[in-house]
Amino acid sequence: MKNEMKLEFSACSVNEGLARIAVAAFMAGMNPTLEEVEDVKTAVSEAVTNCIIHGYGMPEEETDEMQYQMPDTVADGGAAERKDGASGETEKLQYHQKEKNEVETQQGKVYIICRIHHHILDVEIRDYGVGIADIAKAMEPLYTTKPEQERSGMGFAFMEAFMDELLVESRPGEGTCVKMKKYVQSSFGKREPV
Amino acid sequence: MEEKISIRDNALWIRMPKEMDHHMAASIRVKADEKMMQDSVRDVVFDFTDTEFMDSSGIGVIVGRYKKMDCLGGKVFAIHASKRIKQILYLAGLDRLVEIAD
Repeated sequence: MKNEMKLEFSACSVNEGLARIAVAAFMAGMNPTLEEVEDVKTAVSEAVTNCIIHGYGMPEEETDEMQYQMPDTVADGGAAERKDGASGETEKLQYHQKEKNEVETQQGKVYIICRIHHHILDVEIRDYGVGIADIAKAMEPLYTTKPEQERSGMGFAFMEAFMDELLVESRPGEGTCVKMKKYVQSSFGKREPV
Repeated sequence: MEEKISIRDNALWIRMPKEMDHHMAASIRVKADEKMMQDSVRDVVFDFTDTEFMDSSGIGVIVGRYKKMDCLGGKVFAIHASKRIKQILYLAGLDRLVEIAD
């Protein structure tokens, strides 16, 4: 069986769920075990989270009711501060436009390519963010550059534990690509990987 | 609706979400710490009844609360974790910090 999928999405944390569900759905045709699917979902989640918080350094979002109310909060703030009613509306619009532009320029994209070749699932997760200067250091368990965000430093360790192969390519200023393979044994019985 | 974070018998109960990832981590952390400041809390209990998925972001949330409780001499528990969640907890070595119970 040969199959390929490409996925591109904005580097914001709400898309982490989308990424792992999409990859899980893509591999469903390989008839994997539940455990194999969970392994891949965890690894994808780790890699995508890395792109978002390290690659693009996106600030943390407050989830739940908070995040979708942002535009209203901005509008209210503008309304409260403005003194003259006439130019208020345009000011507000300009303010909105400025916010929007800032968000768009800040927000990078995450790219996922998945391939199935016989019983092997290939997953490539790429960002064009800051990159990693010392890959070996970054992959050390418990090493994190964001302790203030309570990052556990277990991301690469989890990818290694749950996938069969892991390769990290990165250049400072150019971005990072994580290439992972999972041998889905159940799809071809107990056959050894080629 | 049942509160996701509540105080029961001097313990902070945190009902973990269905998908415990980076996206959910920040709000849980903020809400849990707010509650910890408000009331006197002796222990922290992470309840995984609803949790189907967790990655290393969940480990970060637990370790963060553990560090806070350890200073105060409190204990941290992880309860109702599925086989998968337990695997993640053990893999991160959390069984050394947290009491894992059913």
